[in-house]
Amino acid sequence: MSVATKSIEEVQNDIIDDFDLLDGDRESTIFYIMELGQELPAIDETHMVDENLIKGCQSKVWLTTDFVDGHVIFNADSNTDITKGLISLLIRVLNGRTPLEIMNADLFFFEKIGMNGVIGSQRSNGFASMIKQMKFYALAYSAKN
Amino acid sequence: MIDIEQLRSEFPILATEVNGHPLTYFDNGATNQKPQSVIDALSGYYKGYNSNVHRGAHALADKATQAFEHTRELLKEFVNAPKTEQIIFTKGTTEGINLVANTYGRANLQAGDEVIVSTMEHHSNIVPWQIVAQEKGATVRNIPISDEGEIIFEEFEKMLSDKVKIVSIVHASNALGTVNPVERIIEKAHEIGAVVLIDGAQSAAHLPIDVQALNCDFFVTSAHKMFGPTGMGFLYGKEDILNDMPPFMGGGEMIKEVSFDGTTFNTLPYKFEAGTPNIADTVAYAKAIEFINRYGKENIAAREKELLDYATKKLIEEVPTAKIIGTSSNKVSVLSFIIENIHNYDIGMMLDARGIAVRTGHHCTQPLMARYGLEGTVRASFSVYNTFEEIDNFIEALKRIVKMFG
Ligand SMILES: Cc1ncc(COP(=O)(O)O)c(C=O)c1O
Repeated sequence: MSVATKSIEEVQNDIIDDFDLLDGDRESTIFYIMELGQELPAIDETHMVDENLIKGCQSKVWLTTDFVDGHVIFNADSNTDITKGLISLLIRVLNGRTPLEIMNADLFFFEKIGMNGVIGSQRSNGFASMIKQMKFYALAYSAKN
Repeated sequence: MIDIEQLRSEFPILATEVNGHPLTYFDNGATNQKPQSVIDALSGYYKGYNSNVHRGAHALADKATQAFEHTRELLKEFVNAPKTEQIIFTKGTTEGINLVANTYGRANLQAGDEVIVSTMEHHSNIVPWQIVAQEKGATVRNIPISDEGEIIFEEFEKMLSDKVKIVSIVHASNALGTVNPVERIIEKAHEIGAVVLIDGAQSAAHLPIDVQALNCDFFVTSAHKMFGPTGMGFLYGKEDILNDMPPFMGGGEMIKEVSFDGTTFNTLPYKFEAGTPNIADTVAYAKAIEFINRYGKENIAAREKELLDYATKKLIEEVPTAKIIGTSSNKVSVLSFIIENIHNYDIGMMLDARGIAVRTGHHCTQPLMARYGLEGTVRASFSVYNTFEEIDNFIEALKRIVKMFG
């Protein structure tokens, strides 16, 4: 895993551009997210344990981290492809960043791509829980550093 | 024969769009849509004769009381209860079961006693019994079910003993569609002296209900699953049992005389109707029953069966990776299934993108899901106003999903 080359803002703008191509079509958007979910490598089954579950997600989402040369590496898996697709977007934005970058990250892409309306309020809350958990890991690493 | 176009036109919501597609509403097991007459009755009450019932000595109160009691009359006929007083208004199935558990259950259960339910019960017909059983030192036992989703009758018979005081069974399963052999269950339970409650949430609008022929001791259901308003329903009970039962909640119409030396309680049905009732919804409930009566429950049921058979056949033939959960030959119009390698939530969301509303998840029947080793299913539940074209679109949408992700 290499250190991210683009800024958090730039990666988010890339995501917004990708979703723009879908023209706001709900079905294509969901298909696309599911595809992203299927592309994200599965995590090892031994990591699919309750202590790695993100609290507040309706679906099951397991999140694990590594800390390499001052940068946080995220791995995640889920029992549903849509949820896995959603966390894959967060991983694309936040992977390989320093704890400070992650803690300070202003994540605007979700709203910009209109995802709240597509996935409904329960899953949107789940998405907020994913962000919270990722920032929480960053905080923990920054304290260790 | 029902004129479906005409019937559909009574439901304004069916002409709306969801996510840019005409609404296809296949979540009737959760609640069904309301005809205009029910919607009008709600506002009609508030606009024309809003007033409390059984109290005021004025014209509005009288009109409200009459409309309110008219619903009780209709329900008496709807389930063929011997007397109107045996129809007790509740918030719905859940409240009906809680009422019986907290009054009859609390008064009659003792340490070592048993309450029998089945593995396919809705949480509403498990938890109230668990709460009372725990308080009394009694146990709640569940009848196992077969792979097809039917109660294993021999197992039920083996469970019967003089310890069993209450048998509480769902008439038709919301998660599987199975119609249970309640007549036989009631007969067997009565042989050992137990009383039987029938959870009619999924049956009242779909199956003929004759509480006298069934000989059940209690029957409960919800108005919102019979084209009526939410937060409304009723409990039927045998007269002598209801009379012997202690009241559930105190206050309001359930009282005859109150003094600090003691209180005497009103007669049936008011003994169990504490506080100001849900008048508007009770009044509107009458319109829902009239709707069912107008088209005829047999006709409605026949159409629903056609829809179910059509959808079942198409799903089996055209979506081979789908597996139907609940394959009893005697079902209400519930098609519950899973599709290999695709999570039920994801399927629900993709269908929703095409305006197709289904239910996904455990359907408040977690023990049943555990029985099948499932987290949940996708459930399409049909009502009389659904069409064969809607089912075609639904199957097409599923095929697309499978092609993309199966
Ligand atoms: C079989 C069954 N029992 C009980 C209930 C609970 O009904 P209510 O929520 O109207 O009280 C339902 C509703 O889904 C049901 O399907």
